[in-house]
Amino acid sequence: MKPLLQISDLYVSIAGNAILNGLNLTINSGEVHAIMGPNGSGKSTLANVIAGRKEYVVESGTITYNGRDLFSMEVDERALEGIFLAFQYPIEIPGVSNSNFLKSTINVHRVHQGLPELNSLEMLKFIRSKMSSLEMDAELLKRSLNDGFSGGEKKRNEILQMTLLEPKLAILDETDSGLDIDALRIVADGVNHLRSPERSFIVVTHYQRLLAHIVPDFVHVLSNGRIVATGDKSLALKLEEEGYDWIRESPPVPA
Amino acid sequence: MSDDSMQTLEVHTQTEYKYGWSTLLDMDTFPKGLSEETVRAISLKKEEPEWLLEWRLKAYRHWLTMKEPTWANVHYPAINYQDIIYFAAPKKKLNSIDEADPELIKMFDKLGVPLEERKILAGVAVDAVVDSVSVTTTFKKELSTLGIIFCSFSEAVKEHPELVKKYLGSVVPYTDNFFATLNSAVFSDGSFCFIPPGVRCPMELSTYFRINAANTGQFERTLIIAEKGSYVSYLEGCTAPMRDENQLHAAVVEIIAMDEAFVKYSTVQNWYPGDKEGKGGIYNFVTKRGICAGYKSKITWTQVETGSAITWKYPSVILKGDESVGEFYSVAVTNNRQQADTGTKMLHIGKNTKSTIISKGISAGYSNNSYRGLVKIGKRADGAQNFSQCDSLLMGDKCGAHTFPYLEVDNPNARVEHEATTSKIGEDQLFYCKQRGLSEEDAINMIVNGYCKEVFNELPMEFAVEAQKLLAISLEGSVG
Repeated sequence: MKPLLQISDLYVSIAGNAILNGLNLTINSGEVHAIMGPNGSGKSTLANVIAGRKEYVVESGTITYNGRDLFSMEVDERALEGIFLAFQYPIEIPGVSNSNFLKSTINVHRVHQGLPELNSLEMLKFIRSKMSSLEMDAELLKRSLNDGFSGGEKKRNEILQMTLLEPKLAILDETDSGLDIDALRIVADGVNHLRSPERSFIVVTHYQRLLAHIVPDFVHVLSNGRIVATGDKSLALKLEEEGYDWIRESPPVPA
Repeated sequence: MSDDSMQTLEVHTQTEYKYGWSTLLDMDTFPKGLSEETVRAISLKKEEPEWLLEWRLKAYRHWLTMKEPTWANVHYPAINYQDIIYFAAPKKKLNSIDEADPELIKMFDKLGVPLEERKILAGVAVDAVVDSVSVTTTFKKELSTLGIIFCSFSEAVKEHPELVKKYLGSVVPYTDNFFATLNSAVFSDGSFCFIPPGVRCPMELSTYFRINAANTGQFERTLIIAEKGSYVSYLEGCTAPMRDENQLHAAVVEIIAMDEAFVKYSTVQNWYPGDKEGKGGIYNFVTKRGICAGYKSKITWTQVETGSAITWKYPSVILKGDESVGEFYSVAVTNNRQQADTGTKMLHIGKNTKSTIISKGISAGYSNNSYRGLVKIGKRADGAQNFSQCDSLLMGDKCGAHTFPYLEVDNPNARVEHEATTSKIGEDQLFYCKQRGLSEEDAINMIVNGYCKEVFNELPMEFAVEAQKLLAISLEGSVG
């Protein structure tokens, strides 16, 4: 089976500082991979490089997505081909209504897939149904995108978009940060509902607690820009109990 | 004459003007240059009455004593007023549209100005002004059954001289400012609109402008009179072809609103802005002013300005009538090397007057965009209220946005609120949109349109659509 995402020997820097130092990772369809690690280890960098953020300079290495060279694809093309990033800090765009934004993004994906655009009525129905399962107030549709949203509302809005756009590879960049227990549960439920053999997840997180709800198939530990340990969900529990110190002394794991 | 005014005179009349007015009369297009002969010839060419020629000459003589203002936050090479053609007309005289030059018709087609009545946008009358002469006025007959007069300014001078004489210069006197004075001397043509008492104009009135011949300055003069209890919505849309030489556009628009009358004046302006290096482009130095002369009258200026190399205009409202209302909704875009110094003046004179200013400036490229607004509350303007919101959006880090708000409040119970924001289209916002599948172009459009929403909501429907497209085109390639 061809992997969905294949990262080989990736070196990435930002503003002249090396962040990823020879990272290797293979993700197959249907798998949930958790990426954990101390601050500065490169977790968010990895998420952003896959999404296509230009500030992160790829020094060497390759990423293959669905058999294609990811670096040859523009940000929006990657998105249309099924890559979704749930941002750690979702940005606000005043004046652009949430509903308008959702509508535009849903339709641009549909057109790319050769599907007809949804009209306003169908769109609203579709969106509302997904919102209720995320316990989101329909009022949020009328507000400007993320403008004046609480932290929890922003994160749920990210999951809503993920639900609506049905990506092949969904990356959650510290989605759990700033969430209380209830919001965490709702977010996790939303993600779990999307699990399928056609969909893969990269869950970037500091803490084990999210992984109690979104149970990963693989847990990778990032340190100094490379993966130093890989295991199953029990690895996350070990980190919870022992912290990150022990991994700093470990050698990197080969691809 | 003093030394100073001698110098001014010299500056304005540098070259010895070779042509007498009679020679000029035979020409379809005058040679470059400006003198009293030119003014006389313009007036004679248009077969104007004596009083109007005198008015032009008074303005011209006054102009010779004036100095070009330099206080605006814009920079441009000195204009040589002798290097401009002040009169150009298509060769034939037209009684009906059937006689129009086929080339002219082609141009209208390109601009989307449908001349045949049946093709006109449902219910919109069109007064097509091309290079100083109005070619046709459509729906004239239909409007006239309501008593509405909508025709070219030149025609109004012939058919309704008493109205023109009464109101011309009543809002913008010929002494008002350098460019308005020049306009008063050499104005070519424009629109005249009169709405009789109690009449609501059933269609939106529209005018198209176009600068065609090289080195032709457009000096449009428009006069709109709304009698008691009347209503009119007027659209001004401009286009101009690509040119290398800068072209001066010094128009004057005067609006008079009587008791309980409402005039809405909307502009979508996309004159040639010059190329990426700032070469060429139109200079848009316009004086627009309305007077709410009557009780409970209202004048609303809405504009979307995306073109011109340099924009210098302050559509203003004099709130003379008690309980009168003045509104200004504006989106001004500058990109590449464009410069803009625009805004409004709201002058509160009567009692319980109200004004609203919403200005959205967008700067991109290496451009410079300044908002300059004056809210003046007179001593006797009890109960005056003003709300101003001036927002600037910077796209990139090489452009500039400036705000110069002037508040002169001479009445103790006035309420004046002013808000201003400056924001930047961040890479973050663009990245977010692109990560959701939107192209860079669509992302910018979405963000900018969201930013301008408040103003676009005030535009008549057709214009709102054109405005959004225009914004998209103006900002192509602006973030990088």
